[in-house]
Amino acid sequence: MLVDLPGGWSPLLGRLAWSQIPYANPILAPLFVAVVIGAIIILGLITYYGKWTYLWKEWLTTVDHKKLGVMYIIIGLVMLFRGFIDGLMIRTQQVWAVGPHSSGVFGSLHGYLTPFHFGQVYSAHGLIMILLAATPLLVGFMNIIVPIQVGARDMAYPYLNALGLWITAAAAALIMISLFVGDFAHNGWFEYAPIFELQYSPGVGVDYWMWTLQLVALGTTLGGINILATIIKMRAPGMTWGKLPIFVWTSLAANVIALTSFPALQVALGLVAADRYLGAHFFTAGMGGNLMLYTNLFWIWGHPEVYFVILPAFGMMSEIFPTFSEKPLFGYITMVLASMAIAGVSWLVWLHHFFTMGAGPFVNTAFSVATMLVGIPTGVKVFNWAFTMYRGRLTFNAAMLWAIGALFLLLVGGFTGMMLAIPAINYMVHNSVFVVAHFHSMLLVIVYAIFGSVLYWFPKVFGFKLDEFWAKTMFWLFSAGTVLVFVPMYMLGFMGMTRRLEYVFDTGWQSYLTVMELGIVVYVFSVLAFFILLYVSVRDHAKNRVGADAWGTSRSLEWMTHSPVPFYNFAVLPHINERDELAWRRQHGIDQVRPEHYEDIHMPNNTGVAIILGGLTFVLGFALTWRIWWLCIVSLLAIILLMIIRSFKGDPGYIITGAELQRMEEEAYRREAQVLDSHHSHPVSGGVVGNAMAYQRNDSSK
Amino acid sequence: MSAHASTVDPKKAELWDIHHHSHDVISTRTLGYFLYLLSDGMLFATLFAAYGVLSYQHSYFGGPTPAEFVKPWYTFGQTIALFLSVLAYGFGMNALKHKSKSGLINGMLAAFVLGVIFLVLDIHDMSHLYSMGITLASSGGMSAFMVLTQVHATHIFFGLIWILVMIAQVMTKGFTEETVGRLLTLRMFWHLQAVIWVFVYIFVYLWGYIS
Repeated sequence: MLVDLPGGWSPLLGRLAWSQIPYANPILAPLFVAVVIGAIIILGLITYYGKWTYLWKEWLTTVDHKKLGVMYIIIGLVMLFRGFIDGLMIRTQQVWAVGPHSSGVFGSLHGYLTPFHFGQVYSAHGLIMILLAATPLLVGFMNIIVPIQVGARDMAYPYLNALGLWITAAAAALIMISLFVGDFAHNGWFEYAPIFELQYSPGVGVDYWMWTLQLVALGTTLGGINILATIIKMRAPGMTWGKLPIFVWTSLAANVIALTSFPALQVALGLVAADRYLGAHFFTAGMGGNLMLYTNLFWIWGHPEVYFVILPAFGMMSEIFPTFSEKPLFGYITMVLASMAIAGVSWLVWLHHFFTMGAGPFVNTAFSVATMLVGIPTGVKVFNWAFTMYRGRLTFNAAMLWAIGALFLLLVGGFTGMMLAIPAINYMVHNSVFVVAHFHSMLLVIVYAIFGSVLYWFPKVFGFKLDEFWAKTMFWLFSAGTVLVFVPMYMLGFMGMTRRLEYVFDTGWQSYLTVMELGIVVYVFSVLAFFILLYVSVRDHAKNRVGADAWGTSRSLEWMTHSPVPFYNFAVLPHINERDELAWRRQHGIDQVRPEHYEDIHMPNNTGVAIILGGLTFVLGFALTWRIWWLCIVSLLAIILLMIIRSFKGDPGYIITGAELQRMEEEAYRREAQVLDSHHSHPVSGGVVGNAMAYQRNDSSK
Repeated sequence: MSAHASTVDPKKAELWDIHHHSHDVISTRTLGYFLYLLSDGMLFATLFAAYGVLSYQHSYFGGPTPAEFVKPWYTFGQTIALFLSVLAYGFGMNALKHKSKSGLINGMLAAFVLGVIFLVLDIHDMSHLYSMGITLASSGGMSAFMVLTQVHATHIFFGLIWILVMIAQVMTKGFTEETVGRLLTLRMFWHLQAVIWVFVYIFVYLWGYIS
């Protein structure tokens, strides 16, 4: 080892020692006890009900893209909750620690968090929300929906898909364990050179940050390759590029971004690792290092990443609006071009994250103009959605409300983004909470689209709808919280409040901070409403069962197969004739036509290799963080050996015979008929392809 | 805009893919691997960018610069070894077309030996620099030099392991859909590493020598 490591190190445990466990911390120690008790209860319940075999066979070793997608979404929701708690802690500290007379507890002079702890909270909040909440949620939806929408039985590489999930899970586990073993990074989620160097951040926090991010990058790259290959190679016959649903197009654009930009992040982090572990001088303040090289490399990935998360959200909105407007999406071609344009421009704007670097008027102007260019394709999308709703037959159910909310937030976030694109304004509000409010508006577009999609696609995946009343309650609480938190934040930004203050010096801001705290309390109620929503919906699931076409007005392929989707997706792959195939079939009365006979199909086998590899990458990440060298070597060798063994074994897959398939299909149709009979309301409705107007619906059926 | 007129007659339309059509496994795999190689190319592009930023005079902080120690002729030996390795692999793949197992294995073995020569030359070069006290801790410029060249060498190392695995798989399994697919993807990998070496040789060794 070429670097001087501060603190102790032993060959067996590396830097790990009892003193690294924060058992004296008044916040973390009770949390740790709660987590242990919660884990014991959950594991006990699984054992009591004898579900281990089920869990292992049906979920942990699965290669089914829908189950993997559901697990991605569960990881994303859990991490969204964790990130939300971090946000709650930040807001509470800031409303508490205002002015010199504010009280302090738990060893903090003001408020309840020490500066070092507060730094960890906001760093973890940022990293978790973007890379372990938004990204897995979106990847999860792409995983579930894209293969069905292109008419495939699975992803192009089912095993690789499972591997991507378990590596993402390993990353989530690594950042969660940093709560109780050691510290997390305290210098922001995107870090700064040279403060992340070993001499300024001697703890393991930066190492946790670095390896978590590295694992997410690996998992997302693998997932991106898979989705791209699925879209390019696995489309059903007749599905030409012009007939691809928009969600598939935006997924394509997003994953082109992921595939090309994540390597830049991996290199940036790898060079940080070279600095911290090998004593290199990439980003050091002396010895020929270059501080801004890090910032540039990070944001060369960072800005494309922003569009990697927003584009699938745009795709989700483009699926929800037409379904509940009962019209085809307005301006399909422009929507495709806009998605691709956003993906392209995403590469040309990274410098707007640090105009104040002082690159000079020419460079700043070039990046300013490039940033404003983003407004054109995004504006096209906004108008397209508006025209989709124009004179449509709108249904204001909860999914539609979330989509409309996303549209309004996009306007707020987009216009403030245009303001920030002007270097002169940017110099004024740089690093203020105005910027924080702007990107939260944008990221909330994603959250809104995700909750809309949870409601929209839930019946497809689980076979029953979520409860409308509680979904709407949650929406309105969440929206009220959004307004209460972020409107004052924009104002405070203009007043000059900088971000990441663990102590607020200006007592004049107290009232704004109080309103924001009120807003976060409303958010807490919306989270409660979400839990009630899940409980009520599961309790009443028999009442809310749906058939194949859950909404009666949906348009794309996923609504042609059963709900919940059988593991083989389609017994016979559909032949695609039109852009909105299902709407076209429904319009011509051939949507109930079934295939005449079934042929044998080939499916991949489950495998336990993926989850074991995921576990080993977690061990590797943990060993690297704590510099337990023997464990690094052992886990790396185990990973390589396991991959070689797997490649020798291969997966021959298995055959489902046509007769078996027919039996399963008939069973599914019978169940579906029962559902529809019990409702007495066969959804008879649909849309017209080739006409911008809403069409006549048989209203007596509703 | 949305006047997308229906062109298919619903009464005659084909609704199901009755004439069972299956996806081509090898082409799906090579496409995915090609996509991975794109990301690998981006990885090297980023390393080259870092090398470019850290190759100013001040980046070496008064320490050794590549102009003082690179030996283009020595490194040219590495270049030839790697190119001949790719050529040998190509001959092996030609034998695959004639379904000659021995021809393929001979070509792969030759590619392996030449790759090992490349790696041995690289390690010898690096240990020579180390003995002169030049490491990646010398300066920012040297960090960029070492990391760029050694990340490439690491790729070669894993490629060599892969070649051995493939020799074993061809010997035990013969030419199956899986092994042929992997031979093709390994070929793409090996070729790309040679292409990237061209850039390393030109920008790091030749340019470093003349600057």
